[in-house]
Amino acid sequence: MTFFAGKDMYAGYGASMILNGCSISVDKGKIAVIVGPNGAGKSTAMKALFGMLPLKKGSVTIQGKDIVNLRPEQRVMLGMAYVPQTNNVFPSMTVLENLEMGAFVRFDDLSRTIAEIFELFPILKTKQEQAAGELSGGQRQQVAVARALMTQPKILMLDEPTAGVSPIVMDELFDRIIDIAKTGVAVIMVEQNAKQALQIADSGFVLVQGENKFTDTGAALLENSSVRQAFLGG
Amino acid sequence: MNTTFKNSKRQLALIFLLMFGALLIVGFFQSWNLMLAILNLCLISAIMSLGVNLQWGYAGLFNAGIMGFAALGGLAAMLVAKAPVIGAWQAGGFSILLGIFIWLISGFIAFFLWKRLKGRGKRQFWYVLLIVGLGYIISRFVLDPAILRIEAFEPSSSGYLGGAGLPILLSWAIGGLLAASVAFVIGKITLGLRSDYLAIATLGISEIVIFIFKNEDWLTRGVKNVTGIPRPVPYEIDLQSAIWFQNSSELLGVGVIQASGLFVKLCYTSLFLVVLLFLLWLCERALNSPWGRMMRAIRDNEIAASAMGKNVTSRHLQIFVIGSAIVGIAGAMLVTLDGQFNPTIYHPLRFTFLIWVMVIVGGSGNNLGAILGGFVVWFFWIEAEIIGNGLVYILTFPLSESSSLKAHFISTAPQLRLLIMGLVLLLFLRFAPRGLIPEKTSNKL
Amino acid sequence: MIDIVNAITLLANYIIVPSLAYGSQLALGALGITMVYAVLRFSNFAHGEIMSFGTMISIFMIWLIQSLGISIQPLPTALLALPFSIIATIILLLGLDKVVFRYYQNQRVQPVTFMIVSVGVMFFLAGLIRFFIGTSKKNFDDGERFIIKASEFKQITGLAEGLSIRTTQAITVIVTLLLVTYIFWFLNKTKTGKSMRAFSDNEDLALLSGIKPNQVIVITWVLVGILASVAGTLYGLDKGYKPFVYLQLVLPIFAAAIVGGVGNPLGAVLGGYIIAFSEAFITFAYKRFLTYLVPEEWAPQGLVQMLSTEYKFAVSFVLLVIVLLIKPTGLFRGRTL
Repeated sequence: MTFFAGKDMYAGYGASMILNGCSISVDKGKIAVIVGPNGAGKSTAMKALFGMLPLKKGSVTIQGKDIVNLRPEQRVMLGMAYVPQTNNVFPSMTVLENLEMGAFVRFDDLSRTIAEIFELFPILKTKQEQAAGELSGGQRQQVAVARALMTQPKILMLDEPTAGVSPIVMDELFDRIIDIAKTGVAVIMVEQNAKQALQIADSGFVLVQGENKFTDTGAALLENSSVRQAFLGG
Repeated sequence: MNTTFKNSKRQLALIFLLMFGALLIVGFFQSWNLMLAILNLCLISAIMSLGVNLQWGYAGLFNAGIMGFAALGGLAAMLVAKAPVIGAWQAGGFSILLGIFIWLISGFIAFFLWKRLKGRGKRQFWYVLLIVGLGYIISRFVLDPAILRIEAFEPSSSGYLGGAGLPILLSWAIGGLLAASVAFVIGKITLGLRSDYLAIATLGISEIVIFIFKNEDWLTRGVKNVTGIPRPVPYEIDLQSAIWFQNSSELLGVGVIQASGLFVKLCYTSLFLVVLLFLLWLCERALNSPWGRMMRAIRDNEIAASAMGKNVTSRHLQIFVIGSAIVGIAGAMLVTLDGQFNPTIYHPLRFTFLIWVMVIVGGSGNNLGAILGGFVVWFFWIEAEIIGNGLVYILTFPLSESSSLKAHFISTAPQLRLLIMGLVLLLFLRFAPRGLIPEKTSNKL
Repeated sequence: MIDIVNAITLLANYIIVPSLAYGSQLALGALGITMVYAVLRFSNFAHGEIMSFGTMISIFMIWLIQSLGISIQPLPTALLALPFSIIATIILLLGLDKVVFRYYQNQRVQPVTFMIVSVGVMFFLAGLIRFFIGTSKKNFDDGERFIIKASEFKQITGLAEGLSIRTTQAITVIVTLLLVTYIFWFLNKTKTGKSMRAFSDNEDLALLSGIKPNQVIVITWVLVGILASVAGTLYGLDKGYKPFVYLQLVLPIFAAAIVGGVGNPLGAVLGGYIIAFSEAFITFAYKRFLTYLVPEEWAPQGLVQMLSTEYKFAVSFVLLVIVLLIKPTGLFRGRTL
């Protein structure tokens, strides 16, 4: 049984359906990557998994337990964390305050978690008193991921974490994400940079028009010639 | 689609009939004079509400400076119709003109400097401020002594420059123009701002305008009021002594004094009605023209409209100026009706926001709705006093006749109409946000 | 030398002391408006009437306390009444939130619609307040009038110019200092305060982080209630209470908030003082001041006044318009929306 899974999800805005029976799943300590062309419903799938968009049909489960009726903040309590693509920090607050806000639902001592996060993202330690809005794009993404990690989630969902950052920063971010997964966290992310993302993925989901077109391990998808031709630019 | 359209038409006719009935009831049970007095102010309110509806209903601009524009219209009425005070002109008229000339010069220099120095950051601002400041200081040297001399000239009866001594009907157009030109300047300054800043800025500027009118005695006599502004209609006294009028009032079986009052009010009513119908016709034409459609497109989706190459700010400026001009016309009419100019009556809470209630209650975006709102809200504003008194009577019934608390509440009962208006506004916003007569939306038919 | 001291005393007496008091009142008002704007995202026109409501409750309580024969001379009874006024104002605001504002909050209406709603509330409150307390001016300062009188000051220092400090002015400044310090401590050091800032910064992310919007909104109204009732009562204590004036007061308060940068608490406080001091500096007649500083033959003839005192009120709007033109986000970087 997979740790976290959304099965046969149907969802959309108003009358138009965006997800038409798509399924995503991930295990502890693994990285799942969702790729696909624009408008395939990648971000919508994330929102559906996190409960920001109600499902018309289908299920979302953690360890087999159905959570489909829970609101996003209730899912946070169950160990899920979500990093939106944009507007994912509190710009006028310092890095440290961003982290504290990430841990809003916790009432225990935060210092160990913060120390762990500063170990993972050393740059944030040096900038902890700076307003998040004043940081560079890559650093801001680190703050965004770090904020989500503050609840010590079991499932981390990232919506295009590398959007708008340089390739070097992207590699750096991917390294961090691998580190996070190694601590036993299940990671799901949506990525535009499909090739690089699939390289670090344990499993990949290629979405087209809200349906799973291909589902396999990252490496296998990279090998698959039709995936390469259609989605990875040859 | 036809049924909804018919329904709204039937609703419209019904509400107008009800309104008419309410006025008739006032006529029968209170007095016809009161009824006509209410009706005349209803007409003026309807015109103001029409102007505000242009700005809010067509373009989504929140203008909280309505009283400023009404006051400008009123000033125009006074300045056009009052006879000039020759002595005051001799005492300081030339210096006043010179002072204004200095303002204009410094204004022009500042304007060109502003254009020339564009992109120089802070320098642009400081130079312009310097020029304006210099102009102001120089003008003060010219103006201050002149103002003292003018205000010293027969202070109990004039003490100001007077007006141009022209027919007052002319001032309705001039009032509109004056309000329009001030609106142009204000719009240039404020229309780039987001909607709620616009409200605060216009409210602030209109307060400044009214402040000036209250304090610049040489222009407006300040709080001493200008009374006896000539009328466009006959005076009661003249009517009462005219043979033909005596005969015809006898024929109708009405007392001459009452008949003269009614006749004068009816003259005003017909003048106002002509203006209202004319403006309504213009607004309706504008609304259904390509220009009006574009306006509503901009209102409904500013970003999309500007993406399609529509210059949103300049369209907004147009409609801001036109709407303000209509309010200015109404302001001139109000002073014409009152026969006096008193800057203290332009009170934002009592009137600016009252006009807003009219537009929202009537149905923003719909001209007939705005007019209806003007009628209904003004009617209730006047009659709310009776409602308030009645309420207080019921509420204080248990208290003894001599109780001081009862006396206090009876004395403050008129204030309840503010409360009632607030309640009406809140209830409409919540339960009928589209007003009594909703906007005709073509895409929903 | 003595002339310079005299000149400074003159400024202190006519500009600095009164402006510090008035600026404090504006600062508290602007802080309330800016908090509503930051968290609930609309310009609250009803704020002046909320202040007025708080003041009205203070006055009623003062009458009650006085009739019981309780007094804290030389301090004004208003200080005893203040806690009751705060509680009543908070109850009013939470009631308004529940009955009126929350509906629009949930609908996520345009800020301008929200603002019109607040105009409706303003009307309603204005009518309610005037119905209960009437429209006449009420003075409720029953404490010691002066800390130091101008004549005493002259006697002690031997200067030609006097400096008077009224008790209400000192109380205003001290209370403002305490309250503003508390608010800033709350916003920057407590978890709840930080969650308010987070909600203001990025509402969606705040929800994702488990911050409860209901809690944030309620706490905002509680703080606004404290600020408004204190600001209103202090203003009334200092200048007398007249319901009509509080409607006009909302304009300089808005000016203060916008000049400081709407949504920025620090900016609101500084904006309050900027408005108060500019009003005083621009409408002050510098004749006597200059007479002290320049040789006798240069002494000015006129009043040397930039604007006559009647325009005091207009200064804030002019400042407002200038700031909106030059730097719409305000001097201290408010929210740019």
